[in-house]
Amino acid sequence: MALDSKIPDGPIADKWTNYKNNIDLVNPANKRNIDVIVVGTGLAGGSASATLAELGYNVKAFCFQDSPRRAHSIAAQGGINAAKNYQGDGDSTYRLFYDTVKGGDYRSREANVYRLAEVSANIIDQCVAQGVPFAREYGGLLDNRSFGGVLVSRTFYAAGQTGQQLLLGAYSAMNRQIGRGKIKMYNRHEMLDVVIVDGKARGIITRNLITGEIERHSAHAVVLGTGGYGNVFFLSTNAMGSNVTAAWKAHKRGSYFANPCYTQIHPTCIPVSGDHQSKLTLMSESLRNDGRIWVPKNIEDVKAIREGRLKPTEIAEENRDYYLERRYPAFGNLVPRDVASRAAKERCDAGYGVNATGEAVYLDFASAIERYGKEQATVRHLDVNDKALVKKLGQEVVKNKYGNLFQMYEKIVDQDPYNTPMMIYPAVHYTMGGLWVDYNLMTTVPGLYAIGEANFSDHGANRLGASALMQGLADGYFVLPYTIGDYLSDDIRTGPISTDSKEFEEAEKNVRDLLNRLLNNKGKHSVDYFHKKLGKIMWNKVGMARNVKGLTEAIQEIRELRAEFWKDVMVPGTNEEFNEELAKATRVADYLELGELFAKDALHREESCGGHFREDAVEESGEQKGEAKRDDENFAYVAAWEYKGEPSDAVLHKEQLEFKDIELKQRSYK
Amino acid sequence: MNLTLKIWRQKNASDKGKMVDYKVNDISPDMSFLEMLDVLNEQLVYKGESPVAFDHDCREGICGMCSLYINGEAHGPDRGVTTCQLHMRMFKDGDTITIEPFRATAFPVIKDLVVDRTAFDRIQHAGGFVSVNTSGNTIDANAIPVNKHDADDAFSAATCIGCGACVASCKNSSAMLFVGAKVSQYALLPQGKIEATDRVLNMVKQMDEEGFGNCTNTGACEVECPKGISLENIARMNREYLAASLKG
Repeated sequence: MALDSKIPDGPIADKWTNYKNNIDLVNPANKRNIDVIVVGTGLAGGSASATLAELGYNVKAFCFQDSPRRAHSIAAQGGINAAKNYQGDGDSTYRLFYDTVKGGDYRSREANVYRLAEVSANIIDQCVAQGVPFAREYGGLLDNRSFGGVLVSRTFYAAGQTGQQLLLGAYSAMNRQIGRGKIKMYNRHEMLDVVIVDGKARGIITRNLITGEIERHSAHAVVLGTGGYGNVFFLSTNAMGSNVTAAWKAHKRGSYFANPCYTQIHPTCIPVSGDHQSKLTLMSESLRNDGRIWVPKNIEDVKAIREGRLKPTEIAEENRDYYLERRYPAFGNLVPRDVASRAAKERCDAGYGVNATGEAVYLDFASAIERYGKEQATVRHLDVNDKALVKKLGQEVVKNKYGNLFQMYEKIVDQDPYNTPMMIYPAVHYTMGGLWVDYNLMTTVPGLYAIGEANFSDHGANRLGASALMQGLADGYFVLPYTIGDYLSDDIRTGPISTDSKEFEEAEKNVRDLLNRLLNNKGKHSVDYFHKKLGKIMWNKVGMARNVKGLTEAIQEIRELRAEFWKDVMVPGTNEEFNEELAKATRVADYLELGELFAKDALHREESCGGHFREDAVEESGEQKGEAKRDDENFAYVAAWEYKGEPSDAVLHKEQLEFKDIELKQRSYK
Repeated sequence: MNLTLKIWRQKNASDKGKMVDYKVNDISPDMSFLEMLDVLNEQLVYKGESPVAFDHDCREGICGMCSLYINGEAHGPDRGVTTCQLHMRMFKDGDTITIEPFRATAFPVIKDLVVDRTAFDRIQHAGGFVSVNTSGNTIDANAIPVNKHDADDAFSAATCIGCGACVASCKNSSAMLFVGAKVSQYALLPQGKIEATDRVLNMVKQMDEEGFGNCTNTGACEVECPKGISLENIARMNREYLAASLKG
């Protein structure tokens, strides 16, 4: 099947308006006869559920957590971008569009990104109207801050809990519709298959995580807002339950999976401390506004620090290597995430890592504390030369801005970041790849949509900070509600979809067979045993730097591990109970397939772009020596993989990316 | 360190349940409390026993899914943290640690340490929102200025993670801190004022129907709240409720 992205005609700034003017609509009376299933209740799924219900559709919403409010969007910290230009610093829809395409290393679809930038301002209006308590200035208006990869302040925030506040906003909009009976909420339900009837997505099979009951749910369309697959690495900043299962089942039923190898390794996370670790914790990128990243210049100092003979605060200014400021003077500590992560890896690989494992760099707030302290002392007419006072005042300002993050760091690491620099290291955070969707956000299966992190469309090969929240809410509040109407306008006479068909029967049997196979396997190893092994392969060979040898080995090792899993996995208990091991097993089984496709995609993409860095694709000379080398001539396409059984049999389809409004350039942050 | 764990085991909602003793060894002080339970569960799986069920998800203190009543305190002995952020360095080698579910009539046990907190969701369905359509055709965000102090207070109230520690800590199993936080968030903002009367009446009514107890001002909820939600929110809700009742 040839990929048709269905991008509307016309100039880029008019596409979305023209599209909305020309689509088919469903009249309010008919909407009452149409059912939509939404899986996932994060920013994308939650906002979509609320909006579709408000439009009049009957929505059934599903989440595996005990409440929609727990979805992992809640953990997003730093902020949400919008081209409001409230700061008057030159921002515009075009500039947000440009920054996002450039930040994504020219591997996203122009038309989708422009639409995202276009609706971004509405998101802020919407959220404020809902009572989302964004940070404000003393005059009562909204405050902004800047984020990596851009030169304007366009990020709206609520302390270090922006995702929480936005999600609770979407949750409140859902609650209003649940109260009115327009959304039927299914908590603690996991989707384990999609049902396709006559070529259209018409329902899902779920498992009730409390009782184990296998249920059939039908609808006229199915929307997946099920997030990303970072947990294929075992250790990531994702929640423990975050999984690829819904997206992977869709893939197995015909949805192409796009760019699986595009993963964001976030530069500012708390370093790994030991083998017991179950997850990694992000320290918001917003900290790079005020924190300066460095390692010691001299290897002797590194040794002394590791042996506990020297404290970082004792190292003189001239003996510190602020390597981001050194290498990228224009953007400094605010380079995009992929660039910052690789730079940290480069220093640590060279032996300059500052903790026992050698995998940590400093994020230092001392100069910000001094700067803010002096500012406060001036404002309050106090002595700017009183060092202790300045420090105290500065610490108060920093506490106001980042208090919850500092507290989180202190609890985990047991060090006080107000008085000693934080230690950070990159960790898996977000996946730009996902289900391939057209301009309508529909996958290659008619009636099956993917929104938010679950799709691939807006961030190319690297996502800029504060853009995930923007995309989730844009898709859910403002894009999908239009595009799905155009599709559903053909369904006004269809009537309720029966679950009593051979297609539902087959899908249910498929799910029961999977669960029985896992429960009856009675092998020797726990689910986590396999998950951790998979994570190690992924991190070591498909992580921040990739090469042909490592990727080829990874593919083979994952294949072997998958065979071992099916031979030797041990899942205790039964299906008819609350059984977390069983739930984990279904998820890890899918990761073991995705992992191989992921490595295969990384192997075929013989270029470096965004989060995908190939050691054999590097600039060899000139000002950009050592930086990633993109190959636009051969790889300016979306790689969409079609399922054919084993991941090794997956068939590649290419969507050629056209750049009409932005000139393809080398991404320079120097 | 080596520890003895006394854990509440209960097969399902209808099972009677009992405390069971377990031993875990070689626990690192850098582990989180839940990672310590992961170690126990891995042992149990390998022994062919049923692992201990407990709720958890983000493991960074924000989703509100984890719970646990540890040595008689919701989220354990540390302050201002959830169970997932509680670290084993708070305990000593040789300690015996008692682990129970959050207990309240309105939070029935599902299995072991997992409880059903959907009563909280139902209270939110009754009024935890501003009735604004999600069409995007609202007024410009900066057309609604908000006094910074009010905005900051609304934000502080809105940081509630809905974990239920307040209910579990209260001798009356009262949910007033949880409800007070949501009522306060909207009461402090101009956007919330229009529906303030209905909101507080409906949410309190639902709270009572769910079987939560009354507040007798012991303040235990505020002490155990991992997000430091202030008792002021209960006072504010009471004022809102009184005003709404007088208006009828």
